[in-house]
Amino acid sequence: MLWESFKLALRTIRRNVLRSFLTLLGIVIGVGAVIALVTLGQGTNDKVKADLSKLGSNMLIARPGSSQPGPPSGQESRSFTVRDVEALKAGLRNVRGVAPTSNKQVKVVYGTASLDVTVTGTEIDYFAVQDWTFLTGSAFSESDSRSGTNVCVVGATLVKDLFQGVEPLGETMRVGSMPCTVVGTLAAKGQSAFGSDQDNTVVMPLRTFMRRIAGSTKISTISVSGNSAEVLPAVQATMIDILRESRRVAIDEDDDFSVRDLTQIAATMASTTALMTGLLGAVAAVSLLVGGIGIMNIMLVSVAERTREIGIRLAIGALGHQVLTQFLVEAVVLCLLGGLIGIALGLGLAFAGATLLQVPFDVNISVVAMAFGFSGLIGLVFGFFPARRAAQLDPIEALRHE
Amino acid sequence: MLALRGIQKIYGEGPARVIALAGVDVDIREGEFVAIMGASGSGKSTCMNIMGCLDRPTAGSFKFHGVEVATLGNDARALFRRNYLGFVFQGFNLLARTTAIENVELPLIYRGMKRADRREAAARAIAAVGLEGRESHTSGELSGGQQQRVAIARAIVSNPKVLLADEPTGNLDSARSHDIMRLLQRLNLEQGLTILMVTHEAEMAAYCSRRIIFSDGYILEDAKAAA
Repeated sequence: MLWESFKLALRTIRRNVLRSFLTLLGIVIGVGAVIALVTLGQGTNDKVKADLSKLGSNMLIARPGSSQPGPPSGQESRSFTVRDVEALKAGLRNVRGVAPTSNKQVKVVYGTASLDVTVTGTEIDYFAVQDWTFLTGSAFSESDSRSGTNVCVVGATLVKDLFQGVEPLGETMRVGSMPCTVVGTLAAKGQSAFGSDQDNTVVMPLRTFMRRIAGSTKISTISVSGNSAEVLPAVQATMIDILRESRRVAIDEDDDFSVRDLTQIAATMASTTALMTGLLGAVAAVSLLVGGIGIMNIMLVSVAERTREIGIRLAIGALGHQVLTQFLVEAVVLCLLGGLIGIALGLGLAFAGATLLQVPFDVNISVVAMAFGFSGLIGLVFGFFPARRAAQLDPIEALRHE
Repeated sequence: MLALRGIQKIYGEGPARVIALAGVDVDIREGEFVAIMGASGSGKSTCMNIMGCLDRPTAGSFKFHGVEVATLGNDARALFRRNYLGFVFQGFNLLARTTAIENVELPLIYRGMKRADRREAAARAIAAVGLEGRESHTSGELSGGQQQRVAIARAIVSNPKVLLADEPTGNLDSARSHDIMRLLQRLNLEQGLTILMVTHEAEMAAYCSRRIIFSDGYILEDAKAAA
């Protein structure tokens, strides 16, 4: 009987293809939206987590300038100096490394190719603190750092776009006006959480950078990597104390620098993404509800339209519950069909979106199964009332109905 | 087989009260072919609906094989219809865009019969009404007479005790009407099927073995046809 009802439902749906499709649209859009949003949200979340690990683990970043909200003081905040770095190196415990960095956008030329690149001046610790791995060659040496030789390490984007197939190791390129020999290439990291290309980079000794590129001894950030997540709060506090001391910040003054835990920032981003996903999913779920009401509406129309048919069925031996089953099955089949199309649509959209936003396409099977089950449930709930109305028709009245 | 005693059917209340049946006594014996006649509003259709277990009388007793049906609930009456009765209507009432054999199978689906048995029984019923070879025609591809034959096949496929026909020839021309009447007569004679038929054409009633004429909610005349 159930199988017969199922076949009958499919036939009825086939007979009214356009109407059935329009009825389904609400469910299709609802399920599609839920699937697309949840899948994209999941992908974004994955990406944020991946970015978080790419940033370097257990990293603290000190920047000049107050972290207090409020109007800008008007004068440019004091940069860090080599003295601050030395104080940190001497004073911090439980850290893997202390890396002062300064950046500048500089044009880099090799052969006939040129590229605008972020040039970073730093010390050897930088590679460990930021979790860079070397593809070929190695970091510049301690003595390069001390003497400020013209050597550098290049990121994956330069290897691809600037050297274009030439093995960069040992080659000399021009960074701004300075010729510079490549001693190492870095493995690709991809985009940062903020959307910039982390591989479009040239790293050189800080001393070389100060003398030949920046022409100043300013240090813009100091990155510190803790041994474990547990020590970070203590390290952060010590860093603030040391920096206040070495920068001679008076006791009653606020810090003129900030020390931030990047892990925290990334975690906040991840939870924000999750919240957004949840909220959007809820909005999509409302459209599922609207779709359900659409189903109920069309099923009521269908019952009214087929009153005579129901009368015939009742007269030739159908029992009330058989008519109920038939209409209920029809509503459920309709909704499940909508659910299937919606899932296909949602996954398609999510795939397109994931490609566009460059986040991983991460299908959550349980969400897909839930959306499918939920669309069936909608059919059951919203199909029940029209089906019961059909089952309770008076056969004489129904037969007389034109 | 059917015994109606003091059957009344009253619609509405107060001033809008309409007495459709004012107390009717009828006995139908097995194997009879009964024509139920009368002007419209005479109560013949109401009586037919009651005998078809489609409607419930306001008062009176209706026994079917000794079982009181008048007081049964909707579901029980539906079961009764399914087990003992077959219906043929004036408007054929076949399902649209459905083939002849599927229409005939329909009552058996509701009775939970297996597919193979169903096909066989339906094919036999279609053969009995003389429509072999047209099993897979849809309703739209059949003439009115053929559609009514399919409807009769559908009514007899479940081996009912009584066939109730409500103006079965009302939508057919004279030649087709006589075809249908001869078919009903043959079913009545050969298979001993009890048939109750509402009609207003004396010509059609002539095929029947008994004639009951209603007027204003009463039975005006109840006579066996002169054989």
